[in-house]
Amino acid sequence: MMDDQRPDPDALLAAIQKAEASEIRGRLKVFLGMAAGVGKTYAMLDAARQRKAEGVDVVIGYVETHRRAETEALVGGLEIIPRRQIEYRGTTLEEMDADAVLARNPRLVLVDELAHTNAPGSRHAKRYLDVIDLLEAGIDVWTTVNVQHFESRADTVQQITGIRVQETLPDSVLDLANEIELVDLSPDDLRKRLAEGKVYTPERIDTAANNFFRVGNLTALREMALRLTAERVDHQLQNYMAIKQIAGPWKSSERLMVAVSPSPFSEKLIRWTRRMAYNLEASWLAVYVETGQAASQVVKDQLSRNLALARSLGAEVITVTGHEVAPALIRLAYQRNVTQIVLGKPQHTPLQKFLRGGSLVDRVIRSSGDIDVYVVTGDKTQSSPGRQFLLPQPRLHSSLRDYFYAVGIVTLVTLVDLLLVASLPWLGYQAVGLTELLAVLLIAVYVGRGPALVAATISAISWNFLFIEPRLTFTISQVHDVILVFLYFIIAIFAGNLTARLRAQERLARYTADRTLALYTLAHETATAVNMDDVLRTAADQIQRIFQVDVAVMLLSGGGLSERAHMCSTIQLDDKELSVARWAFEHGKPAGRFTETLPLASAQFFPLLTPNRTVGVIGIRYRRNERLSADEALLLETFISQIALVIEREMLDEAAQQSAMMRESERLYTTLLNSISHELRTPIASIKGAASGLANSNSASDRDALISDIHGAADRLNRLVENLLDMSRLESGRLQIKREWCDVGEIIGVAVKHFDRCAADHGIDLRIQPDLPLIQVDFVLMEQVLVNLLENACSYSPPGQPIRVNAETRDGAVVITVEDRGPGIPADKLETIFEKFYRVPGTPTGGTGLGLSISRGLVEAHGGTLTAENNDQGGARFLTRLPLNGSPPPVKEAAL
Amino acid sequence: MTGNGLQVLVIDDETQIRRFLRISLTGSGYHTHEASDGESGILKAAQVRPDVIILDMGLPDMDGLDVLRRLREWTRTPVIILSVREHDQDKVTALDAGADDYLTKPFSTDELMARIRVAVRHAAPAEELHIFSTGHLQVDLTRRIVTVRGEVVRLTPTEYALLRLMIQHAGRVLTHRQILREVWGREYENETHYLRVYFAQLRHKIEADPTIPSIIVTEPGIGYRLKSG
Repeated sequence: MMDDQRPDPDALLAAIQKAEASEIRGRLKVFLGMAAGVGKTYAMLDAARQRKAEGVDVVIGYVETHRRAETEALVGGLEIIPRRQIEYRGTTLEEMDADAVLARNPRLVLVDELAHTNAPGSRHAKRYLDVIDLLEAGIDVWTTVNVQHFESRADTVQQITGIRVQETLPDSVLDLANEIELVDLSPDDLRKRLAEGKVYTPERIDTAANNFFRVGNLTALREMALRLTAERVDHQLQNYMAIKQIAGPWKSSERLMVAVSPSPFSEKLIRWTRRMAYNLEASWLAVYVETGQAASQVVKDQLSRNLALARSLGAEVITVTGHEVAPALIRLAYQRNVTQIVLGKPQHTPLQKFLRGGSLVDRVIRSSGDIDVYVVTGDKTQSSPGRQFLLPQPRLHSSLRDYFYAVGIVTLVTLVDLLLVASLPWLGYQAVGLTELLAVLLIAVYVGRGPALVAATISAISWNFLFIEPRLTFTISQVHDVILVFLYFIIAIFAGNLTARLRAQERLARYTADRTLALYTLAHETATAVNMDDVLRTAADQIQRIFQVDVAVMLLSGGGLSERAHMCSTIQLDDKELSVARWAFEHGKPAGRFTETLPLASAQFFPLLTPNRTVGVIGIRYRRNERLSADEALLLETFISQIALVIEREMLDEAAQQSAMMRESERLYTTLLNSISHELRTPIASIKGAASGLANSNSASDRDALISDIHGAADRLNRLVENLLDMSRLESGRLQIKREWCDVGEIIGVAVKHFDRCAADHGIDLRIQPDLPLIQVDFVLMEQVLVNLLENACSYSPPGQPIRVNAETRDGAVVITVEDRGPGIPADKLETIFEKFYRVPGTPTGGTGLGLSISRGLVEAHGGTLTAENNDQGGARFLTRLPLNGSPPPVKEAAL
Repeated sequence: MTGNGLQVLVIDDETQIRRFLRISLTGSGYHTHEASDGESGILKAAQVRPDVIILDMGLPDMDGLDVLRRLREWTRTPVIILSVREHDQDKVTALDAGADDYLTKPFSTDELMARIRVAVRHAAPAEELHIFSTGHLQVDLTRRIVTVRGEVVRLTPTEYALLRLMIQHAGRVLTHRQILREVWGREYENETHYLRVYFAQLRHKIEADPTIPSIIVTEPGIGYRLKSG
């Protein structure tokens, strides 16, 4: 526990963060009133006009004058943003057009009735969410609200006025407000205004005066409003002191914990805890213990609502699993340094409490140790399901068939026993009883609790009737038999209950194990995935399998959300849904179905959040239109954050690779520059030199020689340029291979045609296997490969030594060999010669060292290989291997 | 002089190319006209009515293909296109669209002259060709007899049709599609493997060295050409 005088670091941080946050946000001013008609809108408009006169850019986002004359008068002169028209079920509803306000970007906007619920089809379900959007965009907002609309006050208002408040606001919204102005009016003055028709139209005055606007109500409401304002001021003072690090009368840091259940009464408990926490300046937790009991959809929904309520009121919501509620609560309480636990007053009768070892409250109190326990009364009408009752509740899943099974088994056993008793007289009725008991136990294990209960009853009765003296009557003659029957019954019930619970525990344990396994599998699979596509596919698979949902993933792309879903997605998204996804991405909050934002979407969208940024959005479409249980939702959230981290890891990986590639290409660029500069300039020098030589020459033979030099140099330049272009196409990955059925012999024939001079000097020996099968390659590219290889052979082979070109099939591939009788390749350089710009030291000049690299690139692009070795005569041999895949359709003679 | 005063229109935006073409062509007896872009080229063609047009595919104002198409709307004047190595597909498209032949830059003037001669020859409808001979090959088109080095060679009907087509367009390139369409029919115009098989067979029968053919030459990526004189 903290020293009472020192400010709690957490609170300080929160205060500083809030102060920082309020600088970038717009400022919110709330005009608070106790009831309709006190003059909130009027006060707001009045102040706004003053601001306008001072030169501030003020617009009206939404103002509801209720046709009160005085208010209407104040509207004139202020710019009004036109309302949005929404068609809904044949009528046109009007709502504030938040987008228009954002586009207009005023300094200050007036938005009436903060608690209003928007029409279906609006971006947000509630107006206050729109207001938050405006504040985040840096626009100041003034708004009005009545005290009855706040969550924590709603119950009290209902109690006082008897009227259930429909539209409520989470209290956290009030925390956002920088200023609260209380528009106060005494109840009498308000009633006078009401009577004068300044509040409602004449028809409604009487009803109002007699119901909501009774003096008692108004007084109570006034007090609530005053108190609320006072609390806020107090809080602001605390915050101020915290920021300025003024040590004040700090309360000790306490922490409350409320146990949440699927009952409606839980709501009241939660609100109560919130008020208590507020007053104690304490943080509070809302805890749900998942015991693995099956629950209906209604129950699941109520639980989700309760947890959402707790969250919206500012609790930290925690779900734990455990087969017993009390120990799980206590465990958590100790872990989190909880100082007070809040529970609802139990409903069980004393007998139930005795037999069960006490109600939940009793058990918690027993093991609470130092922790205070608050027990709060609930409504008498509500009971809380989910707690374990004494009488075994019929398992919700026991079907009629199960009951028939139970009855059938008991009947069978009874008949068998009858036979046995008839044939074996020494077999007494006690033994019969035990066999029946065994049957009941088995039913409890394999069928269910309910059927076991029924079986117990039937077997007890039939045991009595058929086996216990006097037989065939319901009376029992011996006293000890009465006790026997009675005990039998008790044991049967207990045993049935126990085995059923055991089964439930087992199921829960298996469920927890499954869940852990699922998480582990996800982590493991995504850790071993090789690239982003793999990761996403694995993750999507897992989620689909475990939650039975369909998935779409959109990633961060160029600073915003990508337009298209990743290919691992199994659902198509239309533009509307994409914009919901985009909203979730930009605001870092879930949106879509089952949320408060755009709940009409067909899928739910979760932003993939990492500490640094949002890396994308995942959309979940539920196959059955029901929301997940609290536990499943927690698991899903865990999955999603895991996935987000893995995605970020992949993105960082890619970025690292990119920069590695950039460094590599830097290096290549420098090498290229060095190599090329010489290679380019030499032939250019030749040409220029020869050209000027021509001008000065007189001899025809000299001129011929110079002209021949110019041709040669131009050819060299041409080849160089072709090489560079090929290289750049290969490197850029934009090489297009036009595959068609080709005859390798034909390609070789064409390639050899380029080397007439070489053929004259060296001789080119062609050995092409007859009936060589056709292969699917790009003719021109393959020609290029062979030309490069032949060029090498020609330049390295000494004059007079032939160059041999072989083409044959070998092991399911076509192998083309080009060999020469040159000096060969040093054994350790057999691979390095294929590197760009590499030339074996001591080779004749001319050539960029790109030829082999290009050839290999082209061959590999076809799925083949190009390797080098030395042949027996010491020369080099290059093998190009192109896999055969399939053969062309047979050819037909022409129809002539 | 081979030119015989024939009119050649050169459409190319590069001054140096126009210059050396002009010099070479006039040196061989042709009359040259020049245009430096597509529109003026088309206009000049209409004004001058040349016997051969040399068209560069890389013009600044229009795609060479468009120029070709517009010319082909009203004239059958032979057109020889100039292109660069990478643009095989463009060459094929141009040839299929009515160009008569092509040259890849950089080219020698010898090649150019040869192509112009061939193009002009095919443009002027000569008398019926009865006997065709080149190198060791002689073909009697009326009696359908093929002899290589004096010995008769038996060709299948398809092989003969193929050979005859090439002879009819002797010296000029034919695209894969054109050959397939003419010999086998429109439905076969994409079955290039037919050509590989049949030309291989044909070459085996008529070429001195089938692996390095000298009569029927492969134009990689484009088609085939039967070399003549």
